[in-house]
Amino acid sequence: MDITVNILLTIATAATPLLIAAIGELVVERSGVLNLGVEGMMVMGAVGGFGAGYLTGSPWVGLLAAIAVGALFSLLFAVMTLSLATNQVATGLSLTLLGLGLSGMMGTRFVGQPGVRLPNLDIPGLSSIPVVGRLLFGQDPVFYISIALTAAVMWFLFKTRTGLTLRSIGDSHTSAHALGIKVIRYRYLAVIFGGACAGLAGGHLSLVYTPQWVENMSAGRGWIALALVVFASWRPWRVLAGAYIFGAVWIGQLHAQAFGIPVPSQMLSSLPYLATVVVLVLISRNKRLTMMNTPASLGQPFVPDR
Amino acid sequence: MMRLELVKRPQRSALFSMLSPFIAFALTIIAGAIMFALLGVNPLNAFKIYFIEPISQVWQLHELAIKAAPLILIAVGLSVCYKANIWNIGAEGQFIFGAIFGSIIPVLFPQFEGPLVLPLMLLLGMVGGAAYAAIPALLKTRFNTNEILTSLMLVYVAQLFLDWLVRGPWRDPQGHGFPQTIQFGDSAVLPELMPDAGRANWGFVFALVAAVLIWILMGRMLKGFEVRVLGSSPRAGRFAGFGLNRMVFFAFLLSGALAGLAGISEVSGAIGQLQPVISPGYGFTAIIVAFLGRLNPLGIVAAGLVLALTYLGGEAVQSALGISDKVARVFQGMLLFFVLGCDTLIHYRIRLIGLALTKQEAPAKLEAAPKLKEAR
Repeated sequence: MDITVNILLTIATAATPLLIAAIGELVVERSGVLNLGVEGMMVMGAVGGFGAGYLTGSPWVGLLAAIAVGALFSLLFAVMTLSLATNQVATGLSLTLLGLGLSGMMGTRFVGQPGVRLPNLDIPGLSSIPVVGRLLFGQDPVFYISIALTAAVMWFLFKTRTGLTLRSIGDSHTSAHALGIKVIRYRYLAVIFGGACAGLAGGHLSLVYTPQWVENMSAGRGWIALALVVFASWRPWRVLAGAYIFGAVWIGQLHAQAFGIPVPSQMLSSLPYLATVVVLVLISRNKRLTMMNTPASLGQPFVPDR
Repeated sequence: MMRLELVKRPQRSALFSMLSPFIAFALTIIAGAIMFALLGVNPLNAFKIYFIEPISQVWQLHELAIKAAPLILIAVGLSVCYKANIWNIGAEGQFIFGAIFGSIIPVLFPQFEGPLVLPLMLLLGMVGGAAYAAIPALLKTRFNTNEILTSLMLVYVAQLFLDWLVRGPWRDPQGHGFPQTIQFGDSAVLPELMPDAGRANWGFVFALVAAVLIWILMGRMLKGFEVRVLGSSPRAGRFAGFGLNRMVFFAFLLSGALAGLAGISEVSGAIGQLQPVISPGYGFTAIIVAFLGRLNPLGIVAAGLVLALTYLGGEAVQSALGISDKVARVFQGMLLFFVLGCDTLIHYRIRLIGLALTKQEAPAKLEAAPKLKEAR
């Protein structure tokens, strides 16, 4: 029983950064912007979070710094694609490349340093209930944030007027603009929200998952988060399900490696990436369904005519 | 609040089309100066070490050519993809698979020697790269799968596969346990161009030839026209009878083959064996090269040399000033950012609208307002 609980806990820890980054990107893409810089923002959040935590000794300051760094870094993308109408695919790629380089440079002095870890929740009485106690009341704080964030985004997108407006911008920015909606302003806020989420996801990596700084420590999670959004057909609850499936794959291959299964460890390590490809194929096979779910103006630059 | 406003130009500006890479480079230098100053280094001194010293001697120019060759080879292939609006960003994986396929002969059949070895290796390298690129192309055409994500995911898979090969079945039994294959035999090594002057090998010639061939293809042949039409307007392309699916395969196979050629040239020329890591991110840096070169093969040659210099400069500042060589990645990233930003100037004029406008422009705006209402 204890083993099951432990595995479930590690799956949740592996799924949390994927979930947070993907939920952020989902809001961005629902507004019609494709930000391929998730990986870069995530790794910047990781180094920013680790650095601030290491220098101040407080993991909470680290977490806030991770969010701030992610948001600030995404602002760069926002200015380029929204104010200067640059190609979103190319700009997103360059955000990732710049993030990987910048984080590597900033992080040289942190390599090998002991980090600080966010403490797990511990409610006297509740957390020590057998089995469910640790699952429900004994995880790291970011786990609860991720669940709350998913619920909040679901409510925001589908139950509020602002959410409706955001979705309408993603489906047709020209119509939204004609209705007097401030398309660019909405998109700025969406992109910055996505950046803050990616930063938080990165902070989770360097403050909870493995409390240390390793170069390129996001290891493609940002890209998997992007794939999750497609997999989820831009629906928050499906992102939640997808993130946990991928968390399970990630943990499963780690356990398989630890058990010494007679399969090369490299092959097991490549499973999450191969799984992403397979899942993408399965989900996009139905062309009509994909077309219907994709925000119609996704990735297209918009310059308001005046 | 200050605000940027874009005003569409009646036609694309030829002036800025030429100037924008240079403006971008100048902006990168300024941003780099600020970065060096923040790191506590005298920017002028740093730039001298970064950009001048690495190319002040002949043998160093050869090192530049070695770094530029794979960048140019990959980038000219990618330029065809991007012109066709097809997003192959997995060139790094195709590079690795080209290197693996090409290495089959020298690693598994080291007793096979002679003048045939090298051409066969290069051919196999191209086949390997193209085959690996065919996967995202197939998934895109057959299952409508996003090629950005699949081609990128396959990079991680390729890296792990190479890692497994050189630690497992292909490891040199006499290599004292080091994760590497045997050294390639003499007939499997790409010859140096001028052995007395420096290390540069035939890979650089391949890069130049590829650039010229792609330039002819894009500018002088129907296929190049097809690429441009399908890229700028798929609908118009369909009316003209150009098949989008065929184009996806063409672009992926071509860019994959060139990336594979770059991979085997790098391994056979510069390294001489397979190792767990054979590329400092050439496949990704080539994306920057392609854009900095304005997706034009001849521009890409120049851009490839510039980006190769950022690698050499990164190594130079690391050894001279003790700054991480990741500074090269930062320079490359900034350069791409500024290039993309400056490209906006080709199609738009940029107006800065500040708070000050309330004084002078406000009456004009008020006048314009009723007109706007009428227009609606």
